[in-house]
Amino acid sequence: MSKRMITVDLNGEATTREVEDRTLLVHFIREDAGLKGTHIGCDTTSCGACTVLLDGRAIKSCTMFAVQADGKQVETIEGVAKDGALHPLQEGFWEKHGLQCGYCTPGMILSAKHLLEKNPDPTEDEIRWGISGNLCRCTGYNKIVEAIQYAAKKSKAQDEEAAE
Amino acid sequence: MTHLDDRFEHHSDKPDGVSAEVATTDEVRIRTPSKICGMGHRMKRKEDPRFIQGQGRYVDDVVLPGMLYLDIVRSPYAHAKIKSIDASEALATPGVVAVITGKDLEAAGGLHWMPTLMSDTQMVLPTEKVVYYAQEVAAVVATSRYAAADGIEKVFVDYEPLDPVVDPFEAMKDETIVRDDKEKKTNHIWHWEAGDKTATDQVFGDAAQVVRQKMYIPRIHVASIETCGMVAHMDKVTGKLLVYMTSQAPHAHRTVFALVSGLPEQKIQVISPDIGGGFGGKVPVYPGYVCTIVASIVTCKPIKWIEDRSENLQADSFARDYHIDAEMALDAGGKITGLRVETLSDCGAADAAANPSKFPAGMYSICTGSYDIQAAHVAVDGVYTTKPPGGVAYRCSFRVTEAVHMIERMASIAAHERGEDPADFRLRNFIRSDQFPYRSPTGWQYDSGNYKAALQKAMDMIGYHELRREQAEKRAKVELMGIGISSFTEVVGAGPSKDYDILGIKMFDSAEIRIHPTGKAIARFGTKSQGQGHETTYAQILAEELGLPAEDIQVEEGDTDTAPYGLGTYASRSTPTAGAAGAMAARKIKAKAKKIAAHLLEVGEDDLEWNVDRFQVKGAPDKSKTIQDIAFAAYTNHPQGMEAGLEAVDYYDPPNLTFPFGSYIAVVDIDAGTGEVKVRRFVAIDDCGNIINPMIVEGQIHGGLTQGLAPALFEEIVYDENGQNLTGTLADYLVPTAVESPKWETGHTVTPSPHHPLGAKGVGESPTVGAPPAIANAVVDALWHLGVRHLDIPITPEKVWAALRGARA
Amino acid sequence: MIPGAFTYHSPRTLEEAMALLGNLGDDAKILAGGQSLIPAMRFRLAMPEHLIDLGGLDGLAYVREDAGFLRIGAMTREADLEAATVVQQRYSLLADTAHVIADPLVRNLATVGGNLAHADPANDHPATMLAYAAEVEARSPTGSRTIKIDDFFTGLFENALEPGEILTEIRIPAPQPGAGGAYRKLERKVGDYAVSAAAVQLRVQGGRVSAARIGLTNVSPVPLRATGAEQAILGQAITDDCLAAAARAASEECDPSPDLRGSVAYKRDITGVMVRRAIEKAAARAGGAS
Repeated sequence: MSKRMITVDLNGEATTREVEDRTLLVHFIREDAGLKGTHIGCDTTSCGACTVLLDGRAIKSCTMFAVQADGKQVETIEGVAKDGALHPLQEGFWEKHGLQCGYCTPGMILSAKHLLEKNPDPTEDEIRWGISGNLCRCTGYNKIVEAIQYAAKKSKAQDEEAAE
Repeated sequence: MTHLDDRFEHHSDKPDGVSAEVATTDEVRIRTPSKICGMGHRMKRKEDPRFIQGQGRYVDDVVLPGMLYLDIVRSPYAHAKIKSIDASEALATPGVVAVITGKDLEAAGGLHWMPTLMSDTQMVLPTEKVVYYAQEVAAVVATSRYAAADGIEKVFVDYEPLDPVVDPFEAMKDETIVRDDKEKKTNHIWHWEAGDKTATDQVFGDAAQVVRQKMYIPRIHVASIETCGMVAHMDKVTGKLLVYMTSQAPHAHRTVFALVSGLPEQKIQVISPDIGGGFGGKVPVYPGYVCTIVASIVTCKPIKWIEDRSENLQADSFARDYHIDAEMALDAGGKITGLRVETLSDCGAADAAANPSKFPAGMYSICTGSYDIQAAHVAVDGVYTTKPPGGVAYRCSFRVTEAVHMIERMASIAAHERGEDPADFRLRNFIRSDQFPYRSPTGWQYDSGNYKAALQKAMDMIGYHELRREQAEKRAKVELMGIGISSFTEVVGAGPSKDYDILGIKMFDSAEIRIHPTGKAIARFGTKSQGQGHETTYAQILAEELGLPAEDIQVEEGDTDTAPYGLGTYASRSTPTAGAAGAMAARKIKAKAKKIAAHLLEVGEDDLEWNVDRFQVKGAPDKSKTIQDIAFAAYTNHPQGMEAGLEAVDYYDPPNLTFPFGSYIAVVDIDAGTGEVKVRRFVAIDDCGNIINPMIVEGQIHGGLTQGLAPALFEEIVYDENGQNLTGTLADYLVPTAVESPKWETGHTVTPSPHHPLGAKGVGESPTVGAPPAIANAVVDALWHLGVRHLDIPITPEKVWAALRGARA
Repeated sequence: MIPGAFTYHSPRTLEEAMALLGNLGDDAKILAGGQSLIPAMRFRLAMPEHLIDLGGLDGLAYVREDAGFLRIGAMTREADLEAATVVQQRYSLLADTAHVIADPLVRNLATVGGNLAHADPANDHPATMLAYAAEVEARSPTGSRTIKIDDFFTGLFENALEPGEILTEIRIPAPQPGAGGAYRKLERKVGDYAVSAAAVQLRVQGGRVSAARIGLTNVSPVPLRATGAEQAILGQAITDDCLAAAARAASEECDPSPDLRGSVAYKRDITGVMVRRAIEKAAARAGGAS
């Protein structure tokens, strides 16, 4: 059984653990690092519940080995709020009722985070396309789209304010 | 605005023939200011902060010291004898601690079989043979999830394949028996009828027109994003079995575990923590749960079992699978006079449906729908096949999806056959609002409804007549566009103790409220939210009743040690039962509060009136005591002879079910080249009576609509001729993304339930029921002029393509 | 759900990677994006004893036009290909294709090289590269060689790479004036493999098709060029008749297998529809830039 030590920058904290070479990144996050906010919803890379940001990009952490993330930055839902302040996406999901059971929500938020960083002013179609790797069973997606639109608007306003 | 709890007393059926028309409004009733946040407010959900920060607590998040992991060996055959199971290599695999087989469970006291919710039996682990593909065959316990996965690869089972039984009509011939453990060697499980056959046959004999259509509603799967799982810990020292479980009905599960295991019920604690979607799929007791509990008892360690998605799709919680043969009788004027339906229910290898016990076909006989029909007869037969057992009420009331699909398709077929607009046909045939409470020919007592108002509103909102004009223009240009209607009536809130029980336990539900000295409250319920927002909606109900701000009311569910006994959340029953229990418990508290207020104000109770959050003296409103004042006094200054405290429990036995309804209209455009169906617009008008939180209701509607779109166009569990599941992963079981799911347009009418304490009806599931026929009707509407009369769901592009080819031929 | 055990290697240079591949031989598989390999490993359909991760190598991810070619490093992530300005502006067929590979999350990891080397006829790049008459560069300890795309796919999941060779670059000839391309894919839902898809790259000069290559996705055991459909439009102006002829030819020359995505008859017909629509779009674009 091949094992090694890896160090992953997990939400800004250097996290060193011994893992099997075959340990999936999602299991490293949940079990070795104890962060339970990233979820598992399938076994065919279909649902996106496990979405995290790897060096800023939204990826499915069930389809990557932890060893591949050695030396890289991983952001999970636990790292999204900064200094106790909710991110506009978290606010948006709350304001607009973009979640019901909450299980797809962390993955959805991280996907949306990457989407908005690449495209701060997306159309509705671009939002739906952008989250097409994340399945939700509860909400029917309408209010997830509204939550992301809320966040886009709020982030834009915050950026404009900061620029002034 | 009417105050229904004043106008209608809480009692059962109105005498027949006495109309009690309930007014329909468009208004969401709001009677409290936003600081109280009672019913009608778009309150932000109280549960959200933990979910948006990744601090939800789902079963797979539970970690107990010394915890072991369980994984399951599953059958690659739909039907096979088990000649031997060799677990020696598995036991030698690093990390593997134990392997459990059917023989082990049998030796442990007959635990290899368990009862189902329909009083059938189902194997936990087999000793003789397997009866479905992916059936649980053995359980491996190991020190890690990964070691358990290695272990199951090393259990070698010697199978002798038997003929699979895949087609339910073939199964009825009894050539191969699925359940040879039964005394009667037959695959036919039960026969059930409702309605009056003689009267119905008479009406058909006299009919001017008879419309007949067969339709198949295939197996689908709830596919909640969280799969099923459990952490079980049998503590040998305390004798207590602690179970974390993905359960929609924790108390019922606790009782079942007590009966099956022989453990005393007070020594079993079931905790249903945050649940990642239920939709009916987390109501059954799956073999994996029993294996996990047994493994904990055997090893004296906590055991975790979390199923993979493919296990979930292949072995758990199917829904639907009804083969329907329906006939509708009409008079010369296009009025429906009769309905005759025969149906074959493919139950799989055990009758494990999650129905109330007297209803093997659930509430299927609601199938006369929103129409005033003179006579009806419904017959259903249940049959065994070599497929997973079930089925569940997937985001619907029991078998109502099948009933509504049938009647709404029949209504549209009848309209098209008559060459008339499906909207006109429905308006002519609707039960009129002055006919309520309405007794249907199959014995249902509908509480209230205004079908005409809902359909008119939907037609206005979508611009129905302009769309029909557009369709005519497009048809001339050989472009395919369709408009489909579904005007459904659902029946939810199971149910009155007279008729409803699950395994003998009556289907009441419960609330227990305790108000603290400083005017805050904790309220526990017997239901269990899996995303429906009870922490918020129940708080809003109680805020309305008690005048306490919803923010100050902590709602809890799911821990059987603390919550009062309830039957759980599924089939849209929570608001009708537990919501009502909450209101009734609150009213008991208010009665006591009034006495305390009278004592504090030194007046008689009759001198007091309630005003939002306080009792005030009639004619002297400045002399008042708030509920907070009263709460404090309940512990510090209560009247002599009165018990201290301010709390109440209520077990609510609903006098009747409630009947939410609605009208949906779908507009589709069809790509004639590929057969793809695009939903251009979809308007949903729902009436769930008085609305607790409109934002939450909208969310429920949207979600249900997507789960209705899914089986209409995408989802289906497919078996090959060997009974092997071909759609066993999310790569082939096609759950819609945000791209396939259209932008839903919703609205409401409000026709309160006259018997519910809050006038509310329940809403979570209407759209799953109402949407599939709206979409199916739209597709057929687009193709009718080409000779296409019916397409079974899911209406895949290939089915449309084939229909177009058939039409061209 | 849980892969079998293996040993992971993370070479820092291509030479190191090739040396590992040489030593470990058949017991090793290359890990590029992992978006095809890891799902197979999780179901234990693939159980390599060693994985050689190319993710740590520098200089294998780039998209640039150079000396008459669009050069794509084999480790270029699909999302980066999709976002590259030069692709969006001058290689519409490639832009169309990159947009519909799997879903946006998978595209952040999946690589162009991996998509091709897998030699899966269900993947989208093979048909596209056939339409582009692309070539790939294969490096080995002894040097490098160019493999023309027409010679690259040798069987189901089989490519022309020799043992020890690593695919390092994909090259697409830069478009000539009058060139246009398009990819049309029918999928059951976003993220699925194609029911059928057609990649068309053509050139219109003087109102007629002077060059055309058409690749088909998921309707044959080996990625297929629809040469019959190409012949139907070569030298022609794009009319209803020649589009119908191209569609018919493509329907007949493909070799689909029946499965949940459709029957043989359906897939054949859809292939014709996709070819037709892709030609129409490519021709319309040929009128413009690309």
